[in-house]
Amino acid sequence: MNKYEKLADLRHFLSRYGLPHDRPAVSLGLADADTVLGGGLRPGAQHEVFAEDWGASGFAACLAIRAMGKKPLFWIRPDYAAMEYGALSATGFLELGGDPEKLLLLRAANAEDALSATADILACPHMGAVVLELEGQAHALDLPASRRLGLIAEESGVTLFVLREGADARPSAAATRWQVRSLNARAGDDDWGSPRYLAQLTRHRLGGLGEWIMEWNPQDGSFRQETAHIGAVAATVFDRPAGMSYRFA
Amino acid sequence: MALWLPRFSTDRLACLTVSHKAVSRKENLAPETPLVVAGRANNALYVHALNVAASRQGIYHGQPLANARAMIQNLKIVPADEKADADLLEWIADWCDRFTPLVTLDPPHGLLLDITGVAHLFGGEEAMLALVRAKIAAQGFAVQGAITGTCLAARALARHAKNTIAPPGENAQLLAPLPVAALDCGEDVMRAFRRAGLKTIAQVADRGRAELASRFGANFVTRLDVMLGVEEKPLAPRRPLPDFRTEQRFAEPVITKEVIAASLHALAISLSGMLERGGQGLRHLEAFFFRADGKVERIAVKTGTPLRDADVMLRLLNERLDALADPLDPGFGFDVIRLEASFTEKNRIITASFDNNENSRWQIAFLVDRLAARFGEHRVQRFVAQDTHIPEAQSAAIPAQDRDFDGTWVRRRKENDPPLRPLRLLEKPEEISVPVSGVPEGAPMRFRWRRAQFDVTRVEGPERIAMEWWKKEKPTRDYFRVETRDGQRFWLYRDGLYRETGLHPRWYLQGIFA
Repeated sequence: MNKYEKLADLRHFLSRYGLPHDRPAVSLGLADADTVLGGGLRPGAQHEVFAEDWGASGFAACLAIRAMGKKPLFWIRPDYAAMEYGALSATGFLELGGDPEKLLLLRAANAEDALSATADILACPHMGAVVLELEGQAHALDLPASRRLGLIAEESGVTLFVLREGADARPSAAATRWQVRSLNARAGDDDWGSPRYLAQLTRHRLGGLGEWIMEWNPQDGSFRQETAHIGAVAATVFDRPAGMSYRFA
Repeated sequence: MALWLPRFSTDRLACLTVSHKAVSRKENLAPETPLVVAGRANNALYVHALNVAASRQGIYHGQPLANARAMIQNLKIVPADEKADADLLEWIADWCDRFTPLVTLDPPHGLLLDITGVAHLFGGEEAMLALVRAKIAAQGFAVQGAITGTCLAARALARHAKNTIAPPGENAQLLAPLPVAALDCGEDVMRAFRRAGLKTIAQVADRGRAELASRFGANFVTRLDVMLGVEEKPLAPRRPLPDFRTEQRFAEPVITKEVIAASLHALAISLSGMLERGGQGLRHLEAFFFRADGKVERIAVKTGTPLRDADVMLRLLNERLDALADPLDPGFGFDVIRLEASFTEKNRIITASFDNNENSRWQIAFLVDRLAARFGEHRVQRFVAQDTHIPEAQSAAIPAQDRDFDGTWVRRRKENDPPLRPLRLLEKPEEISVPVSGVPEGAPMRFRWRRAQFDVTRVEGPERIAMEWWKKEKPTRDYFRVETRDGQRFWLYRDGLYRETGLHPRWYLQGIFA
């Protein structure tokens, strides 16, 4: 292979993995994280959020609010997830900075229905973002299913967030994978403050990993860099078994 | 046209036995076995329905069951099942839809068909009545029918002078000789007639109206007038009439999928043409498959936007057909396939618009329609703001296809405040156990929920929300936003004020903050 061919090959590789020009990356508003992610979350790809506790699922909602822009957001969940983790509340979505008018909900009877609906919804390029909420191990979402969703997302340019609760990470075609835990309000503050998460980027297909404390700002709909008080958050508990969440407690 | 199935309940049982003969040999209901269906009234069993063999042996409708038992030794008795009777009548009514869209149930054992303007399609009134009767009789039901100008008269004739066809304006003559029982107006009135010696309708009709009204009430007089054709009373159809409909009849019943698909395609195109001529789009599409053996399958899809495109119709129908739990079973084949469009609306012609927003709105509406057709309309939802302060009622999830509701979303959070409402609401608030709270009216310091212990480190509140006093009285709630030691945030409330509940209030967890 001469060098021109090699160059062409590399170009082809880059054109596949680089961002198309008409799809800007979804910046998180957090400079450090955006740098590692190469400008932000890749649109038209699949991102997994593993919530370690009840509140952490809000992280997926925050990401989706960032990614949807002015377009609609489809939230897909099987019925039992609502019983276990509570139903999505439009007032809560509004308070978090989202627009409930743009929120559509699909209540699937089971995980298989949820997956087939996700495939259909993802294929519609007029969607802003799709959140697929799956509770437990969800065997229906295996590697081939995940790849299929990834390809559909790639085709249509719609960003998919797979929100997993009470589950272990499995091989998947996701572009990024996040382990998220909610944090207490800052020690020095008097009031409650905005939602804070300890987000660990545990998988990134096109770059490095990292761990950040992110505070969601519902006012402008972006994450804020946390500078002060990092020392106050000692002993992050990523050493406990992944399945241990409060649903088993 | 009125139809009456005089031996409906027993015929139903006989049909059942014929179809299940192989499995239940001892349940032998041969036509020659006397069979009665026992009903219960005033705490006593009586004969509710009976077959020909039983009536031949002197049993009659309304006889006490004990008497009937005493008269015949091998009498077969089956308890009445009114639900099954009603279902079957509904089926027969569905089947009759092939003759006219205006079919009404006339419980317990009758049907009324408005055949205005359709009789000529079946070769005139006489031929049509014969056809309907033959088809129903072929299914194993005894049937009597009559055709007249008004439904009450037809009903009376079907029961007491079967298979008459009254020319217009001759109701009165035909009804005159019928017994007063044909008026069908209750035991009390019948007794009064007997006492007065009135035996036929003619005798009743000859009395003065004022006289009858003062004795039996104005309703009776109206009924009599409707029956005699002096007044008119319209039929209330079982289903609203479709705005447009198109159907295909087959000389031979069709079974194969390809033919059915082709027929649906042709029907969709023809329906689309009708809609286009009317400048309309449909919101509700229904496909009927009339099976040769009398069963009718119905498949309905709704759309969020007025629809006219034949391909889209087909796609929605197929979506619905694929999602059926038990697939469309042609059995011995379908002899009629029909498409109906209802709830039509004025529709602008949608071509590829230059307006991108318009296009994407349309695409998303189509997506929602498809999902609703596949999973059911109640599973695809959007949220509407409600004008109330009760937290769980503030947003309502309604089918995303309903466009008729709207509300204004009110954000409670001030600028730069954290969210004041949780992202997740439990479907029903769950009770938590609170062993101790800081001060009597304060928030809990520790609580137990779903068998886990939570230590509270931060509290915001209380936010007092009173329930709606004009509805059923419920206790006022004091809401607290609490943060636990490991950073989770919950929305709790105490049910009832301190002065009402004392030291042992009930606590509930309603929501989880992001």
